[in-house]
Amino acid sequence: MKIGVVTFPGSLDDRDAARAVERAGGIAVPLWHGSDDLKEVQAVILPGGFSYGDYLRCGAISRFAPVMKSIILAAEHGFPVLGICNGFQVLTEAHMLPGALTRNQGLHFLCTDQKLRIENNESMWTSGFEKNEEIVIPLKNGEGSFQCDDETLAMLEGEGRVVVRYLGQDPNGSRNLIAGISNARGNVVGLMPHPEHAIETLTGPSEDGLTFFTSILHQMVGR
Amino acid sequence: MAKIIVEVALKPEILDPQGQAVASALPRLGFTFATSVRQGKRFEIEVAGEVTPAMLADIEQAAQTLLSNPVIETYVVKVEA
Repeated sequence: MKIGVVTFPGSLDDRDAARAVERAGGIAVPLWHGSDDLKEVQAVILPGGFSYGDYLRCGAISRFAPVMKSIILAAEHGFPVLGICNGFQVLTEAHMLPGALTRNQGLHFLCTDQKLRIENNESMWTSGFEKNEEIVIPLKNGEGSFQCDDETLAMLEGEGRVVVRYLGQDPNGSRNLIAGISNARGNVVGLMPHPEHAIETLTGPSEDGLTFFTSILHQMVGR
Repeated sequence: MAKIIVEVALKPEILDPQGQAVASALPRLGFTFATSVRQGKRFEIEVAGEVTPAMLADIEQAAQTLLSNPVIETYVVKVEA
């Protein structure tokens, strides 16, 4: 089971994402932003970081990378894509997911172990969780406030497309405490917190993050 | 040579914590005039020769796809003499 991890100029968590894939039992394949070749992978992760220095808007320039053309096309046919942090920002800029990520309400860069609730365990990346399971994984960003118009918010809530929600105190001013969402089909998921940093207790606050990666591997075996 | 200005602003309903921070800093300096501040971006684009309708259409397109994010922002294109 090959899962691609894209490296953009300024990507930061591509190695941790690749390591999480391997630890979950998959094969991680590095993909380069400048090539449209997806190297026959069966899913793709857009990792965290500061692609293009977050210039203009987070993810605004990465969205036009050659690799994204292939990913956008594949995702329309059900190809699984997970965007973590900067990857989530790229997915919204590419209009693969609705809404946008803006500056945290308190203007601070946050770095904390964040409690979350898995609200949708039917997406391809969260199928291994129990519904309403509570997890703790790191949250670290400066622009993680999820914003959208009322109509989009109602649609996301009504269709059960809020995948993960912040628990406890509101960390960043996200509408309805939204931490992650999916597309209608459930193959494209984006979230601000970092599951790839919580795959073993030696370095992370929990092993909760690993389930995102085992979920997709089980989904693909089941196909 | 002509200059084209593209101004990008957050939509009114989008939270602007940077603008709020500026608004709360102003009175600390004794400036009490502001009831609200919204922060935006300004692009100054230099082009060779005259500005043609075709070029303006291209800039419009660029403003829509790259310079602004229509989900959260609006833009205005102006030609500077």
